[in-house]
Amino acid sequence: MPEIKVTPLGAGQDVGRSCILVSIAGKNVMLDCGMHMGYNDDRRFPDFSYITQNGRLTDFLDCVIISHFHLDHCGALPYFSEMVGYDGPIYMTHPTKAICPILLEDYRKITVDKKGETNFFTSQMIKDCMKKVVAVHLHQTVQVDEELEIKAYYAGHVLGAAMFQIKVGCESVVYTGDYNMTPDRHLGAAWIDKCRPDLLISESTYATTIRDSKRCRERDFLKKVHETVERGGKVLIPVFALGRAQELCILLETFWERMNLKAPIYFSTGLTEKANHYYKLFITWTNQKIRKTFVQRNMFEFKHIKAFDRAFADNPGPMVVFATPGMLHAGQSLQIFRKWAGNEKNMVIMPGYCVQGTVGHKILSGQRKLEMEGRQILEVKMQVEYMSFSAHADAKGIMQLIRQAEPRNVLLVHGEAKKMEFLKQKIEQEFHVSCYMPANGETTTIFTNPSIPVDISLGLLKREAAIGPVPDAKKPKLMHGTLLMKDNSFRLVSPEQALKELGLAEHQLRFTCRVHIQDPRKEHETVLRVYNHLKGVLKDYSVQHLPDGSITVESILIQATAHSEDQGTKVLLVSWTYQDEELGSYLTSLLKKGLPQSTS
Amino acid sequence: MAAHLKKRVYEEFTKVVQQQHEDLSTKKLRLTKPSKSAALHVDLCKATSPADALQYLLQFARKPVEVESVEGVVRILLEHYYKENDASVRLKIASLLGLLSKTAGFSPDCIMDDAINTLQNEKSHQVLAQLLDTLLVIGTKLPENPSVRMRLVEVACKHLTDSSHGVRNKCLQLIGCLGPVEKGVAKEAESQAAKDVQKIIGDHFNDQDPRVRTAAIKAMLQLHERGLKLQQAIYSQACKLLADDYEQVRSAAVQLIWVLSQLYPESIVPIPSSNEEIRLVDDAFGKICHMVSDGSWVVRVQAAKLLGSMQQVSSHFLEQTLDKKLMSDLRRKRTAHERAKELYSSGEFSSGRKWGDDAPKEEIDTGAVNLIESGACGAFVHGLEDEMYEVRIAAVEALCMLAQSSPSFAEKCLDFLVDMFNDEIEEVRLQSIHTMRKISHNITLREDQLDTVLAVLEDSSRDIREALHELLCCTNVSTKEGIHLALVELLKNLTKYPTDRESIWKCLKFLGSRHPTLVLPLVPELLSTHPFFDTPEPDMDDPAYIAVLVLIFNAAKSCPTMPALFSDHTFRHYAYLRDSLSHLVPPLRLPGRKLVSSPVSPSITPHEDPSQQFLHQSLERVYNLQHLDPQGIQELLEFTIRDLQRLGELQSELAGMADFTATYLQCQLLLIKALQEKLWNVAAPLYLKQNALASAAAKQILEETYKMEFMYSGVESRQVVIIHHMRLQAKALQLIVTARTTRGVEPLFGMCEKFLQEVDSFQRCFISELPHMQGSFVDKLLDLMPRLVTSKPSEVVKILQTTLRQSTFLHLPLPEQLHRATANIIEPTGESDNPLRFTSGLVVALDVDATLEHVQDPQGTVKVQVLYPDGQAQLIHPKPADFRNPGPGRHRLITQVYLSHTAWTEPCQIEVRLLLAYNSNRSKASARIPKSSWNESLEALPLSENGIEGTIPFSKPVKVYIMPKPARR
Repeated sequence: MPEIKVTPLGAGQDVGRSCILVSIAGKNVMLDCGMHMGYNDDRRFPDFSYITQNGRLTDFLDCVIISHFHLDHCGALPYFSEMVGYDGPIYMTHPTKAICPILLEDYRKITVDKKGETNFFTSQMIKDCMKKVVAVHLHQTVQVDEELEIKAYYAGHVLGAAMFQIKVGCESVVYTGDYNMTPDRHLGAAWIDKCRPDLLISESTYATTIRDSKRCRERDFLKKVHETVERGGKVLIPVFALGRAQELCILLETFWERMNLKAPIYFSTGLTEKANHYYKLFITWTNQKIRKTFVQRNMFEFKHIKAFDRAFADNPGPMVVFATPGMLHAGQSLQIFRKWAGNEKNMVIMPGYCVQGTVGHKILSGQRKLEMEGRQILEVKMQVEYMSFSAHADAKGIMQLIRQAEPRNVLLVHGEAKKMEFLKQKIEQEFHVSCYMPANGETTTIFTNPSIPVDISLGLLKREAAIGPVPDAKKPKLMHGTLLMKDNSFRLVSPEQALKELGLAEHQLRFTCRVHIQDPRKEHETVLRVYNHLKGVLKDYSVQHLPDGSITVESILIQATAHSEDQGTKVLLVSWTYQDEELGSYLTSLLKKGLPQSTS
Repeated sequence: MAAHLKKRVYEEFTKVVQQQHEDLSTKKLRLTKPSKSAALHVDLCKATSPADALQYLLQFARKPVEVESVEGVVRILLEHYYKENDASVRLKIASLLGLLSKTAGFSPDCIMDDAINTLQNEKSHQVLAQLLDTLLVIGTKLPENPSVRMRLVEVACKHLTDSSHGVRNKCLQLIGCLGPVEKGVAKEAESQAAKDVQKIIGDHFNDQDPRVRTAAIKAMLQLHERGLKLQQAIYSQACKLLADDYEQVRSAAVQLIWVLSQLYPESIVPIPSSNEEIRLVDDAFGKICHMVSDGSWVVRVQAAKLLGSMQQVSSHFLEQTLDKKLMSDLRRKRTAHERAKELYSSGEFSSGRKWGDDAPKEEIDTGAVNLIESGACGAFVHGLEDEMYEVRIAAVEALCMLAQSSPSFAEKCLDFLVDMFNDEIEEVRLQSIHTMRKISHNITLREDQLDTVLAVLEDSSRDIREALHELLCCTNVSTKEGIHLALVELLKNLTKYPTDRESIWKCLKFLGSRHPTLVLPLVPELLSTHPFFDTPEPDMDDPAYIAVLVLIFNAAKSCPTMPALFSDHTFRHYAYLRDSLSHLVPPLRLPGRKLVSSPVSPSITPHEDPSQQFLHQSLERVYNLQHLDPQGIQELLEFTIRDLQRLGELQSELAGMADFTATYLQCQLLLIKALQEKLWNVAAPLYLKQNALASAAAKQILEETYKMEFMYSGVESRQVVIIHHMRLQAKALQLIVTARTTRGVEPLFGMCEKFLQEVDSFQRCFISELPHMQGSFVDKLLDLMPRLVTSKPSEVVKILQTTLRQSTFLHLPLPEQLHRATANIIEPTGESDNPLRFTSGLVVALDVDATLEHVQDPQGTVKVQVLYPDGQAQLIHPKPADFRNPGPGRHRLITQVYLSHTAWTEPCQIEVRLLLAYNSNRSKASARIPKSSWNESLEALPLSENGIEGTIPFSKPVKVYIMPKPARR
């Protein structure tokens, strides 16, 4: 039985280091190639030796697909392709291809230049790696080789995030990557057609959460910022450079525009500017509003948001500043925070999750006195707010996607085991499909029941369809034909053509039967009686009396001879081809009953 | 047959030639075209290849065919149809047949048999489909003929088994449009096609082709529209179609389910997989709600729209649509709405959120969580969060409709509506504000909600702010803090956007009169009075202070204790405001003062309003004094006109009426004055100056009559006739003046004839009104008509002159309601000293924002005129989409005007004004002739002889300072 095998090398019952191996109909595909943020040793990259101990990876993998540019989905790519060695095609969408190297370079800089690690991939490796990338468009079917094809669907989440359908013959797998089912200020919602894949591999970050409407959060956020600015306070929003930052920028930008506000908004520079450039370019990947209005004005050409300069932090009056990094653990955001923390008019808004031990986490948990380096005590008087802006699908969203795609099996990755358990149970209960949640390194095998397409010649189809009742979608219809299996393809052809193609001679099969009839008369008279009888019974058929003394009913031949021993018994020889089996057997049984006693 | 036809065609041809001969004899030039059918026949015979024939047919289709020759053309086409081997030509012929049978005035029953016959031998599916389409056209043209319809339906049923989707599609469409609707009729006919059409169509719900499935559902809906009661059995079939793979099918199925839910709301249907049963409308509601989260946005829009009209749904289901259970890590979480409500009820308001404030509380039983609800759960929550704004708007509209019929639902949906005020698309925001206003009688805003609502007051879009003001006019506020908050925010709005002044004052007026008891405790604070100290008198011209006073005075109207809190200057200000802003400040009973409001005692009913009486009296006076000496009449008219004009200024509700009559009297006055001139007694050429006066008067009267006819809404035919009469008089005057001043009679011939034609057409148009016009100019003129027609121009002029002098002055009856169209340009303000600079040769866009009142059909009539200093004028037609309609009789024009000019040396002012275009053809009495769609005849409709197009300026011109700079090289 055909099967699909899935083995997560990362992201199996875990978040981070997404890397999933899928083998489908003899093709091996690797989905995502991410790094783990929690580790600094070998565990940060997936264990590629699982694929092969020695020998090139290229021989074992048909292609690699990257869903989006987050490092936990693409961070290990240069290591994998350049240091382990893979020369096959890597597929990603255009925006991902554009932004991915920026992030990789940044990641490399931090690890090598800041932490001083060696034996890490170099800038050149990133460049070489990107050369192997093939960019795909949304809904474009890419033929990887003759059998394997992939297709990208919009996934929301971040710019250029995509879900991928991998298809071989009739078997298919959909991998969602990270996706978002509710639209936000700059991206739309994930969408997939009813592709009914054999397996849907879905992320499940928020498997046990149902979120409140986005509007409430946005409104709260805007109100807080607005109030603080009106009071003359300064607002600090620590962000990571890409993704959420753009959403918040758009949000504030439109709000400023709408409300006619004048307070300046700054964005600390860095990779942001480069990234913003790409956001401006890939308008087709954004949401309806931006797509519709970009002719008048590209929403990413911010009017109110300007580049930040260190000196601005000391300017009097209200302002809003977006600064990296997002957890207030270092860099510009921390510097600004230290300057502003003392004034109760100011505010800091944390738009995302903070890791334990960072300043962000400390102030969020209510600590008002912070010990900075150099034994300095910083008293935090400014207001501290938390706003969650996250772009993963919640439990309802995941269910909605499953409903849209109608898969036959579901496999959960990219989430915590305990939460997956709950969702798994729900999916099985509500959709009646089996659901899997393999751990890293664990292989799940799914048996498929692919339907096999058979070509049929038009002539045969028309001929067969003409016989019998009108075709009805609800009922299966019986057809006569010859199934030819030749050169890995199936064809249904008419018997004549099959014989011709195979170079075989046609054999005829005839059934012959003798029926004994008690009739003392002469042979030809008997024949005449039989003829008259048959003609009376079989009104719809053509019954003929041939001059040579035999009778034909359609193609069935009846001959009468006298019995060699008993002249009173006549032997009727009935002969028919196997196509006329039905009529033939009917005739025999009819004749066996004997002829009616007629007076003449 | 064919030969005979050909003959007939050629006969037609020859007849035309003969006519030309006749024309020649009468020395008139008339162009006649040879019959189309003949030309077509010749062309088709000439055609050598199918491509040729197709070309001829295409050319033929571009030209109209006269009703008389349609049948002949059809015969020729059919003849060719049978001969033609090429499918594409046959297809074109089939489509032409359809077009031809649409010809107005042509009854296609004579060609039906032929059309049905063509179906028999047709092999090509496309042609078959086209032929069925033609039959459909024929069938719809013959609505009164059930047997024809039966036959057509039978034909369609026969072709339902065709293998091509197009043919089946058309068959279903035909059955849907023509199938028998009344059961009784079908039984009577008792033919084989009397089989239940519903069943036939229903069988195709499962067709293999999605297009056919869609067509089947559409046909079913068509039957419903035509009045057939659909069977309930279809419901279960339709439910299955909701899960179809194709969006068109799902979209149509949603409609079908909605129709059924309206037909059988109370029937009981079982819930699958359980023993329970529910009402059909509830079940349908649940199913449509489910479609709000469909994969295709077209379906989502459809579903969201239909939800709004399902008012019979039980409240339990309705309230589920706003329900969404939140959870986080499997623990129940409260929504922000719930939290806000709790904060509010606990008395703590607007606290800063702390980390973990929204921390989830109780554990959820994992078994009880239902992630995909089959019911209505959260449909609107999803709909309002949809990524497509079309869906969001549809959802908001649906919310509005449901909330209007259910107060409890209105209360619940409030939070969601308020959230929509922050949508990223302005249209959605505006829509939700309007919705809120519509349901405002059902709701009271909580303070936190009010806070969110008021935050939108700072929006930079004027539309939004004004919509919000309207909303505030009719909202209920629960606390005095709420009122205070609203006032503060409105004042903030006022300082930020001073142009909103009027709208804010109006808003506060209603706010005050609705909540007198809530305003009362705020009065000392608002007026900043102090029990011991005198406070400085506020500046009376401060719009903010006026705003506060408007609020207080309106509240004081129904709260007699309030005036006790006023300080002295407040009373003075009251008197001032009552006078200057009488529409905003109500009459008050103030203690220790003469009642200012005494004249308006409740005993006087509005129609006996003294001002109205005055109006009628003064008119009466004018009409009665017919035989005063000329001097006296002139003076009286002058005084009355002055009175009326002043009345119009004072009483805004009578302004239209007063202006209208004043204009009429003005015309009369001009006429009298012109006739009084001495010049009539002297040889004309000597008195050039005098004659200038008379002709100017005639011109002005003409202008004024156009104004009267087209600038006022509510003018009835009784008035129109009098206006036209006045115009006729003016034209007579013009004629007399020209006759006097020009030498020779040659030009007079034409003028006289034209004038007589006008009199004639006047008589034709207003024949029914003539009896009311005893002794008038036209009455006398018509008596003299036989004489006029035969006499020479000089005599005509003489007669006219005497009739004009002797004719009496017609009463102008006043209609019930009369409003003058007015326009006010808000933007540009014309105050700017900074010239608008732009490079010459390029264009600059000037934003124009104007309010229009009492303009009928502004899309067609209102134009913007730009006058450049060099006298060059430019007329701009605003797009229909630039007009908004904020209320009955009111319109708002927000548009952009593109200016361009060659370079100037220094900045200069241009004038922008609004014009009202009119066309005297389009008089209100005559209905417009509908344009035929295909058969648009080439010869334009004959212009009626008095067809004059013109424009009336109806707004004050605004000056804009511009400066086209020379282009830099």
